[in-house]
Amino acid sequence: MKRHLLSAGDLTRADAELVLQTAEELRSLADRPIKKLPALRGRTVVNLFFEDSTRTRISFEAAAKRLSADVINFSAKGSSLSKGESLKDTSLTLEAMGADAVVVRHWASGAPHLLANAGWSRSSVVNAGDGTHEHPTQALLDAFTMWRHLGSLDGRRVAIVGDVLHSRVARSNALLLKTLGAEVTLVAPPTLLPVGVEGWDVETSYDIDAVLPKADVVMMLRVQRERMNAAYFPTVREYSRRYGLDGRRMDTLQDHTIVMHPGPMIRGMEITADVADSHRSVIVEQVTNGVAVRMAVLYLLLGGSEPALSLEASGEEEGR
Amino acid sequence: MSTTYVVTGARILGGEPADLVIEDGVIAEIISTGSIHRSTSSTTRGAGASRAGAEVVDADGLVALPGLVDLHTHLREPGREDAETVETGTRAAALGGFTAVHAMANTDPVADTAGVVEQVWRLGREAGNCDVFPVGAVTVGLAGERLAELGAMADSAARVRVFSDDGKCVSDAVLMRRALEYVKAFDGVIAQHAQEPRLTEDAQMNEGELSGRLGLRGWPAVAEEAVIARDCLLAAHVGSRLHVCHVSTAGSVEILRWAKAKGWNVTAEVCPHHLLLTDDLAATYDPIYKVNPPLRSAADVQALREGLADGTIDAVATDHAPHPHEDKDCEWQAAAFGMLGLETALSVVQQTMVDAGLLDWAGVAERMSVKPARIGRLADHGRPLAEGEPANVVLYDPSYSRVVDGTELASLSRNTPYVGRELPGRVVATFLRGTPTVLDGKQA
Amino acid sequence: MAAPPATPATARPAPADGGRTVLDPRDISRALTRIAHEILERNKGADDLVLLGIPSRGVPLARRVAAKIASVEGVDVPVGSLDVTMYRDDLRMRPARTLLRTDIPPGGLDGKVVVLVDDVLFSGRTIRAALDAMNDVGRPQAVQLAVLVDRGHRELPIRADFVGKNLPTSLVEKVSVRLEEVDGEDSVTIAGMVSTGSTTRDGSTTRDAEEAR
Repeated sequence: MKRHLLSAGDLTRADAELVLQTAEELRSLADRPIKKLPALRGRTVVNLFFEDSTRTRISFEAAAKRLSADVINFSAKGSSLSKGESLKDTSLTLEAMGADAVVVRHWASGAPHLLANAGWSRSSVVNAGDGTHEHPTQALLDAFTMWRHLGSLDGRRVAIVGDVLHSRVARSNALLLKTLGAEVTLVAPPTLLPVGVEGWDVETSYDIDAVLPKADVVMMLRVQRERMNAAYFPTVREYSRRYGLDGRRMDTLQDHTIVMHPGPMIRGMEITADVADSHRSVIVEQVTNGVAVRMAVLYLLLGGSEPALSLEASGEEEGR
Repeated sequence: MSTTYVVTGARILGGEPADLVIEDGVIAEIISTGSIHRSTSSTTRGAGASRAGAEVVDADGLVALPGLVDLHTHLREPGREDAETVETGTRAAALGGFTAVHAMANTDPVADTAGVVEQVWRLGREAGNCDVFPVGAVTVGLAGERLAELGAMADSAARVRVFSDDGKCVSDAVLMRRALEYVKAFDGVIAQHAQEPRLTEDAQMNEGELSGRLGLRGWPAVAEEAVIARDCLLAAHVGSRLHVCHVSTAGSVEILRWAKAKGWNVTAEVCPHHLLLTDDLAATYDPIYKVNPPLRSAADVQALREGLADGTIDAVATDHAPHPHEDKDCEWQAAAFGMLGLETALSVVQQTMVDAGLLDWAGVAERMSVKPARIGRLADHGRPLAEGEPANVVLYDPSYSRVVDGTELASLSRNTPYVGRELPGRVVATFLRGTPTVLDGKQA
Repeated sequence: MAAPPATPATARPAPADGGRTVLDPRDISRALTRIAHEILERNKGADDLVLLGIPSRGVPLARRVAAKIASVEGVDVPVGSLDVTMYRDDLRMRPARTLLRTDIPPGGLDGKVVVLVDDVLFSGRTIRAALDAMNDVGRPQAVQLAVLVDRGHRELPIRADFVGKNLPTSLVEKVSVRLEEVDGEDSVTIAGMVSTGSTTRDGSTTRDAEEAR
């Protein structure tokens, strides 16, 4: 694995499978009386969050602490006026404090790239969501969730529905799912699909009802009401009618199909309450899996002298 | 009292070598050396060498061009002296072979009154590195609401003829029409920064597959092309001149070709960086590549080169845009738009046009000196290299090659996108009305 | 060096790495049978016993011992696996390692007599790591250690309670254990030369011990 996790596209299939298998082992930690492993003892993980996100930050914090790492939380509301001083100076300060890894969420696409490549620090950088670019650990926990329910993802059909244009979750998932052999279909009104999406090696569709019956996984993305004011769609009512997942549409799904959502949900907008609370919905489980997956990522990046080699190379050693 | 210079063995416009005698601010004589053996001052060769006290400049192997004229430079003074001043910017210009620059109006305060343009003009004269022709804003404060006092600026000591809200677009159609009409009274020209504001709100890079992947808001080509088309039609309708700043797309070139075919009085410029760099550089997320208009695709670059070669695009202009370090050493979205250009312009044009076989040196002179001077209505610049003409001359060595080092620039800022890149050629000497501003590649 | 037990008719298969076979499949089976008996003897039966194999090869060994106990005593002893990767004292010296399976039987470890099962006992560091790992899982009443091969050269005060075969070795020698469930065959071999050790496709050759020696 590379030293930083900036994009889901950086992971080879072997890397991705290594993360998933490691997460599987770590998931059982939640059932033990002492939910701690010593692997990152003495390592310092900094959560550098320039955007509000309780869910993701807590998930990373829990992951780091369960591996016995020291965790420092830094929340900064970076307004569009605050310039690079914030990012650069913060990075230099953290380096001086001896951070081993920086988990960064930022409103600017590419901010983690800057942290990783600007030469300000030597920490491993984990992208916890940058602008509308990527959210690789979300894609990993989504893939992990799918894998636990469906087994191998080769040939599986995943439908991602919603505001693809502004969604970093969609971008990371499209990349990672392709790497793991799945077929991805992006479903959205034309205004919410990016120019050039044809080059992403995915299918696209404006018709949710045509896509749902064939899907093994349906992932609903958040759609912000404010997009209505920028004329991406006329009204909330029209959006939910044409692209929302409600009970009626849920009944067209196959028996084994699961419904996912990266959260936070807007009940009534892209997904109705009956769907969110149904047995098909694995939304709550995604959160649990998030901690295990993030533990796996932190362990594989920081647990050794360098990040883990890929699956084939890291074999066993003679005793002991 | 001024020194006489004898430039020996220079290839005029890349042609046959000749000696130039520069005296009292003009090209006094041109002696074609023909079969005469080129040597230094010790040999007696015609009247030139016999001038007492003449300083000889050995131009063996160098190309002589008329002093370059930049239609589009940002000198940042008044207001942003942390990025550049008239002194440092014109020094950079001279080192780039320029004898005249048009200083854009988006300063602080904006150059929308006679007072500010005269201030900039005077600063240019005091610095003495090259002639500075301030550009006047089209609208007050660049706000796009009311016309600035264009007439006052035209009548001022700065004699403004080029007006532009560059940095922003004059997007209101009626306002643009009025501006086009109004400047006819004093043979002025509106230089439009073509960028439909609503289509480019918070836009960061060229809109295409890459912008979608990188999560950077896209800047569609149509935002530039639609404005150019509208303005060409307006200019034709009211019988006015139009100049289009920094053309960046293939579609824009096509529209200009169409407008010129109709005989409309439209001129256009292209920046060196748009002749060389493409949008895939944004994948590094390094804001050194963030510029307005954005870097475009390889197909656009090719169309721009062809458009410059066939004359659809009249001129090369640098859009030299200095920014202090902290405005570029940050995440892309927070960074300022713009690149330096004065000191590398001729090298980039050599690499992309001359070395690529698309232009000869006479063609370069046309596009970097003659046409820009004509558009700006400059009397003393862009003149032929002939006896009696003002001695605005640049001597350039095309055989040189260097890897660009950001620390060697005369500009106060360092935001050049070419660091680490090998570029050909260097300016050896620049003469401003007979006085050297650059000798031996350094400030004179 | 103890002479390997003589076998009458069957010729020993020459090991792939050119070493010497010290235990063949029947030797291994006998050793495990003896271990199973010793465990029952020492603990006076199978009450509260849990066998915990250390991956990878300790796990099939633990299962085999459990099977032998079942056939002797008629009791099904719970079998699990305990991955010690995270507790290794050399974790930071190499790139992060793949985690192996941890599977604690439903009854847990509290109050149980846990018998750790592993294939080779060498420096003792793996067992120390296993003790630390177990500490975070539960509190056994007692912990005992069963190994197929003890090759000496302890670096920590750790000893095995049940040993299949004592195999004094020199540090330059390499002991390789192959098991049917993992490698397709049963054998224990010693190779005289220092192997540079790389994982072959079928995973049969073990890597040179990075605890160096």
